[in-house]
Amino acid sequence: MTELSHREVRERLSAHLDEELDPVASAEVAAHLRACAECAGEAARLGSLRTTLRGHLEAHAAPDPLRARIEVLLGPTHRPEHRRSFSWKPAAWAGAVAFATIVGFLLARAPIDAEQALAQEVVSSHVRSLMASHLTDVTSTDQHTVKPWFDGKIDFAPPVQDLAPQGFPLLGGRLDYLDGHPVAALVYGRRKHVINLFVWPRSGDRDPHQITLQGYHALHGARNGMEYWAVSDLQASELQSFVQELGLASK
Amino acid sequence: MAESTTKALAPRERERFERLVLVHLDSAYNLARHLVRDPDDAEDAVQEAFVRALRHFGGFRGESGRAWLLAITRNTCWNQLEKRRARLAQTEFDETLHTPEPATPSPEADLDRAMAADVVRRSLDELPLVFREVLVLRELEDLSYREIAEVTGVPAGTVMSRLARARAHLAEVLQAKGCVA
Repeated sequence: MTELSHREVRERLSAHLDEELDPVASAEVAAHLRACAECAGEAARLGSLRTTLRGHLEAHAAPDPLRARIEVLLGPTHRPEHRRSFSWKPAAWAGAVAFATIVGFLLARAPIDAEQALAQEVVSSHVRSLMASHLTDVTSTDQHTVKPWFDGKIDFAPPVQDLAPQGFPLLGGRLDYLDGHPVAALVYGRRKHVINLFVWPRSGDRDPHQITLQGYHALHGARNGMEYWAVSDLQASELQSFVQELGLASK
Repeated sequence: MAESTTKALAPRERERFERLVLVHLDSAYNLARHLVRDPDDAEDAVQEAFVRALRHFGGFRGESGRAWLLAITRNTCWNQLEKRRARLAQTEFDETLHTPEPATPSPEADLDRAMAADVVRRSLDELPLVFREVLVLRELEDLSYREIAEVTGVPAGTVMSRLARARAHLAEVLQAKGCVA
């Protein structure tokens, strides 16, 4: 390994920080930094600059009106229409009964496993919603547009509220399936992150319980006759405050 | 914008466009905000970028829709800044020469967070455009040098040296303002 001069090291520190040096050059810089306090100090300074930048600079999310104008540019969506003519009611009831039976059974036997299994399903559904360009069936920031959209598609009225003032703007809603029954998926934004809130009826309150799976956080609880799962790649604390802002958990 | 009359995409193409390009709208807007530094101008630049992206989408065969969209956005931003500069030419405004009034230097190390954030943002805003864009693409958008090279149209080696200089410059500015360790 060749010895690098201070100047050569300084030139490469920035790329070293970005892990963009080839392995040999990277090892050379690392060796120099172990031996040279001065250059190591410089490296630390660059590192703290990065922390400062990432900690203080805002990543601006596109405003909703801009997003709406661009959607218009793209032309109409061609989503399959069969959902609208299909009545969910019988299926929903059958699903609800089957679900209640299965959940009851599982809860009696192994409540943790049942929750884990559902958590896996919730996370998969969240990931799928981000991948398949099918985040929302109804795209609107207006709760009075999103809520009625679910009429006739599911047999309950999901609670829909925009939390834009609190920093969680409503992006829209979607019909989804969890554990074999249709559920309301409400989609919220937080900076560049997406939160899926899955909701369906359930009696009895339950304090939110946090599960982390594949790097996603999920909060699961029940309030006001609804069971909910909130899932996102946000930090757990932010997801917690989201659920609190919705009035689904005490502050 | 007169150019906004674009032919809508066929359903399958629209789906492809959504999946490869539209998902990066936030990144495009973020870049534009940091380049043109004005919310309304940033919206205009991004909308213009999408008009162009739609027009050329048929020819897009690349791997990264993100780098492709950011390259287009970056170009519309530069054009917009160029126009703005031409408009302001009478008043001898030159972005590279023009220095906004410096943030009040604070000898105190106990800047609170909001103030620190403000100082960092302003210091970045005051950097020359070529430095600003590489820093935003690297630190906020997490692009690799190769992707940054694709977006800015310069070789990866230039990206490397620009980033090094941009960081050295910014570190100095922030240190002078008592804002970085």
